Amino acid sequence: MMEISATRRFVNTFMLSLSGVCTVAVVSVLFFILGYLLFHGAASLNWDFFTKLPKPSGETGGGMANAIVGSGKVLLLATLIGVPIGFLAGVFLAEYSGKTFAFLIRYVVDLLNGVPSIVIGIVAYALVVRPMKHYSTLAGGVALGIMMIPIAVRTTEEFLRAVPNSIREGAMALGATKAKTVFTVVIPAAISGLVSGMMLNLARVAGETAPLLFTALGNQFWSAGWLAPIATLPVMIYNYAISPEEDLHQQAWAAGFVLLALVLIINVTARLIIARGASAQRR
Amino acid sequence: MATTSPTYIAETLRRRTSRGFLSRLAGGDEISYLITLICAVSILLIVGLIVFELWLNSRLTFATFGFGFLKTSAWDPNANKFGALPFIFGTCVTSFLGMLIAVPLGVASAIFLAEMAPPKLSNILTFLIELLAAIPSVIYGLIGIFILVPILKDYVVPPIQHTLGFLPIFAGNFYGLSFFSAGIVLSVMVVPFIISVSREVLMAVPVEQREAALALGATKWETTWDIVLPNASTGIFGSVFLALARALGETMAVTMVVGNAPKISASLFSPGYSIAAVIANEFAEANGQLYISSLIFMALVLFGLTIIINAVARIFIMTTQGKGA
Repeated sequence: MMEISATRRFVNTFMLSLSGVCTVAVVSVLFFILGYLLFHGAASLNWDFFTKLPKPSGETGGGMANAIVGSGKVLLLATLIGVPIGFLAGVFLAEYSGKTFAFLIRYVVDLLNGVPSIVIGIVAYALVVRPMKHYSTLAGGVALGIMMIPIAVRTTEEFLRAVPNSIREGAMALGATKAKTVFTVVIPAAISGLVSGMMLNLARVAGETAPLLFTALGNQFWSAGWLAPIATLPVMIYNYAISPEEDLHQQAWAAGFVLLALVLIINVTARLIIARGASAQRR
Repeated sequence: MATTSPTYIAETLRRRTSRGFLSRLAGGDEISYLITLICAVSILLIVGLIVFELWLNSRLTFATFGFGFLKTSAWDPNANKFGALPFIFGTCVTSFLGMLIAVPLGVASAIFLAEMAPPKLSNILTFLIELLAAIPSVIYGLIGIFILVPILKDYVVPPIQHTLGFLPIFAGNFYGLSFFSAGIVLSVMVVPFIISVSREVLMAVPVEQREAALALGATKWETTWDIVLPNASTGIFGSVFLALARALGETMAVTMVVGNAPKISASLFSPGYSIAAVIANEFAEANGQLYISSLIFMALVLFGLTIIINAVARIFIMTTQGKGA
């Protein structure tokens, strides 16, 4: 048997450890960010943050109650716009479509997923803000709604495809129509995956700032209805972070902490549900 | 679905034997087909609409400056002078710098996760890395402004300038907000994409390839470097392109740390600007048709660029996944 030379052995150990070091470096960035936000953000968090309006420039204190509600409103609208279209298109891809057409749609969906968010913002501006002549919650919802479509399509398709064909055949053998099979048998079988997929989708757009800058714009006060400019958490973080006032920086950290906690909690929960579903299927 | 599958046969049989069009309509078959089809087609329309709106709203700039717009560097909204060069330059420099750091880091991590780490550890680490991708970009910006920039200013840049300051790319004063800071933030933001796609591509390489190489006496690293990596290279290139498209279009984090000065400078340490950043900063306050139109024209350029890169990346990834299976 041939001995492996010392150089080769050294290169082997060195390069493999190097790859491990790289991984540790990347993962530690995550913990660094989490730790810092926890340390900095949680410290500047107080009850006022959730209940009070922002104070006028120059005064300290105040909170972001309007931005928290605002983010909720914009996200609700985005979900109402993006999820139905994406979900039904996903159903079409998984259950109805022929091969070539499905390939085309899937490809276009992937491209839409890659469109920079700021470009989507401009399109929402041109479609909603310009004709209506003012910034609005609606425009923000449209922008985020478009951004939700690609992931909604891909997760729906993926989870419906994971449902075994025997279930479809069983339903049809009992005389159910195709539509009945899809909507009362296949979709309920995949429901936990679908819901968690949509949660991941929501978490992704919840932190989007760029498309809201010139659609929802921002607001120092409560925003009534759906057609007025509205404050949102990410835009608030941005505005406060680039302002020169130290007190606003503290508020930005607090808002960043709240936003990140929200996004990560949704993310982890959804991923755990998906993982559990996958392991249940394997059994 | 293959035409011989039981589902298909059952369905055709049922169609032939029992029902007319009306009864099928009542059963919801045609309607649900139609509704889902409309939704699928509407996605094509939305993408078409994006292109159309960008084109429509940027025509004025194209009519005024032509392609010269992309080659001039004047940016003076008050004098109605617009040129996109500084922004295109900034977008390219920051993205390139980001990729320069992210690609080696990402590919090395993917190798570790796919080839070395035990499956359980690999899954946990991948989970954590994917959480990194879930962090909103404005939070990266926040960290960038208040933590990264001071660290770079105090600990990283002085030694670099001390030893390599004679090079033009490291020349000049460093005030914190710069191409360099933006590039580093971008690298952290895109590295999760490189890792998760590359890891999957690596894992799709058949295990027999590795066993054969190991059986011939190659070390683990030689197997990885000479056998597995070449097999997966197309997919890894795909992941890099995917990450590049992300970096080019990234807005908030770059806007917050790049310095927002429309200048072209050889030094990485000087402040700059990027396409996405100038749109984010100036669009809401832009007045005048030509000003708005110029910003939208840049959005169109950015859109075209990312679409092309994405299209290439998807094809790359698809071909390797097909081969691996």
